Amino acid sequence: MRSASVIEELRARIASIEGVATRHAVLPFGIAAIDAHLPGGGIASGALHEVAGSRNLSDDAAATIFLAGILARTDGMVVWALRWADLFAPSLAQAGLDADRVIFVEAGSDTNVLIAMEEALRHPGLAGVVGELGKIGLTASRRLQLAAETSGVPAFVFRRAAKDEGETGGTAAVTRWRVRSSPSERLTIPSLARPRWQVALERARGGEPHLWTVEASDAQGRLALPAELVDRPLAEARRVAS
Amino acid sequence: MRKRDASLLREAPLVTALPDRSRRLIAAVDAAARKAGLAPGMTVTKARSLIPDLIVIDADPEDDLQGLRRLALWAGHRYAPVVAPDPPHGLLLDISGCESLFGGEDRLAKDLFRRVLASGLNVQLAVADTIGCAHAVARHVAGGRPSLIPPGKARAALSLLPVAALRIEPGVAADLARMGFTRIEQLIAAPRAPLAKRFGAGLYRRLDQALGHIPEPIEPIFPKAVPRVRRGLLEPIGTADAFAQVIHDLTADLSAALVTAGQGARRLDLFFHRVDGDVPTIRIGTATATRDPRHLAKLLCQKIDTIDPGLGVEAMTLVAPLVEPLGPAQASGLDSGLATSGRGPDLPALVDALANRFGQRRLYRLTARPSTMPEREVACLPALASSSADPHRMARPLSSEKGTSDKNEDAPPTADRWDPDCPRPARLISPPEKIEVIAALPDHPPALFIWRGTRHRVAAADGPERLYGEWWRAGGQEADTPFTVRDYYQVETASGGRFWLFRLGDGEHMSTGPMTWFIHGAFC
Repeated sequence: MRSASVIEELRARIASIEGVATRHAVLPFGIAAIDAHLPGGGIASGALHEVAGSRNLSDDAAATIFLAGILARTDGMVVWALRWADLFAPSLAQAGLDADRVIFVEAGSDTNVLIAMEEALRHPGLAGVVGELGKIGLTASRRLQLAAETSGVPAFVFRRAAKDEGETGGTAAVTRWRVRSSPSERLTIPSLARPRWQVALERARGGEPHLWTVEASDAQGRLALPAELVDRPLAEARRVAS
Repeated sequence: MRKRDASLLREAPLVTALPDRSRRLIAAVDAAARKAGLAPGMTVTKARSLIPDLIVIDADPEDDLQGLRRLALWAGHRYAPVVAPDPPHGLLLDISGCESLFGGEDRLAKDLFRRVLASGLNVQLAVADTIGCAHAVARHVAGGRPSLIPPGKARAALSLLPVAALRIEPGVAADLARMGFTRIEQLIAAPRAPLAKRFGAGLYRRLDQALGHIPEPIEPIFPKAVPRVRRGLLEPIGTADAFAQVIHDLTADLSAALVTAGQGARRLDLFFHRVDGDVPTIRIGTATATRDPRHLAKLLCQKIDTIDPGLGVEAMTLVAPLVEPLGPAQASGLDSGLATSGRGPDLPALVDALANRFGQRRLYRLTARPSTMPEREVACLPALASSSADPHRMARPLSSEKGTSDKNEDAPPTADRWDPDCPRPARLISPPEKIEVIAALPDHPPALFIWRGTRHRVAAADGPERLYGEWWRAGGQEADTPFTVRDYYQVETASGGRFWLFRLGDGEHMSTGPMTWFIHGAFC
């Protein structure tokens, strides 16, 4: 009992040294398989997170709804800074992020997006700040990270049309996500099943990279694990046991 | 400045006249009279002999000047803080820095033009680098729309205009014309000394002002009875820190004045009176009435770097041209974080900070707009508008659609939510892009489509969702055409990407569309 509390304390100290101390709340995904991988058990508030799709527009669309889903599970206003005007608001509402909750800023350039984000991050009490941009440098990301730490607001940098991993410079973001659309389950009727994504946690401060295949955000912004994937580990476990 | 009385016959020419010794001279003519060959300065007797049914009314210069002043104050309120009447019938606006709030100089000019015209005044309008150039172009370039002279083109714009356009005495202009100087370019090319000797320095002062070689400040007028505070400075200042210090003093003064009046500011204009007479300004707006000096000072200080101090600033004036009643409940002393509620702390402060940096129009919330065409389903709301309070009155369409929006606000306001059962893409491709498709008519989804040179095989699809054009509108666009039909399909490609495709036409009747395919967005 005593050793467990010592380990807890050590963990907390290490976390505070690493700068991922959960001084602020976390936003869990509500899926044990994902939350267990994230330091603190979810998306940390008061920290900068990086989200990217890919050169494919559908992957960027998936990343958009991934973000909307995270924010849909929070309360309060969201500031969403845009560089390009291709975001279609009804889709955010359909992912559970009510249109009343989002203030859009048409910033028009990477620099302006960063300015808008930093300004917004100085105001505590927001549910989240999202900035869509092309590139973000180390210095800019550090500034955002500091602003987010101070106000306790979760900040998301959405790199649009991002290149594949390995080509991006380092940033101060505590997590880096990449979302890609993935073939959904084929139905026996001519229709479409719930969309699926490949969600890659490419980088996490105090955590390990990981890759999941999930079912896309529903109307309340919740992800789900595909049924056959949930079953598989169980089936394997049974096989080992026999 | 005289509005035409509706009771007067529309087609009869109208002039105003002023007594000049024993005769009456025409002071101003309307368009019909000008067409008939009348001009200011003609005697009324001669004019009547040319046009027997001419309507002559007495000119009232004093009243005209008052009207001009009222117009100037209105323009100062709506467009730019630095305005001045330019008698007898001109108005000067310094719009530098203000055009971004309207989305560009041309939009500002168009808006001003349209509104003045709608008020019943004839108007000619020019935007240029210098007062002289704008003055000349507005008066000497005919046109039923604003003339915009791009930066640096003042000389080119002036060169072909008559010398009389230079704001010089009519006698001087006549003398110049007699000497063969008819156009300004001739004057620019001619050696200066002889002409300066003959006509005095005034001629070249006007020319240099028009070309921007010597500065010409506008002496702004202020509305009466609005809160105004001023600080004169012992020595001219020019650094950002010094400006910030004065701004803090001024906002404290203004805040005290506003507390006494029970008011909060919605807009502030800060005038920097430069040593050389120029008056650069900062204009900020707030989303809610406020008199928190720290907040106001912060908003003003954000814009200090837009001010060119020149040789120094010797006084600063802070004016609140737009105020609203603000009860003592939110008086200073309460932390602004406590004073707000509902949406989370301090949202007005954030909205102000962003709106003043990026412009009011670039900050918005989105709401549903009743429309059958997806690209028109979205409308903007002011960032702080409460959604319950009649969103349709305040809603304006998205910027991409401004051209068609003005006259078409008569759609029935029914939906204030998007239909959750009609899936909509996260990213809209606007305008829709043409794609090549292999699909079976009339109602099968595509089996394959080629977009931007890439071939996408369709693995599964859903649809169609049939949308009809907004036949009750008459904008002349594809989406307005009667009987336009779009059949939307959601398709998933082999790699899992989901796209929104539509076919223009119902697949059977060519009258509904040419059966071409487009891609309109990408789903999650």
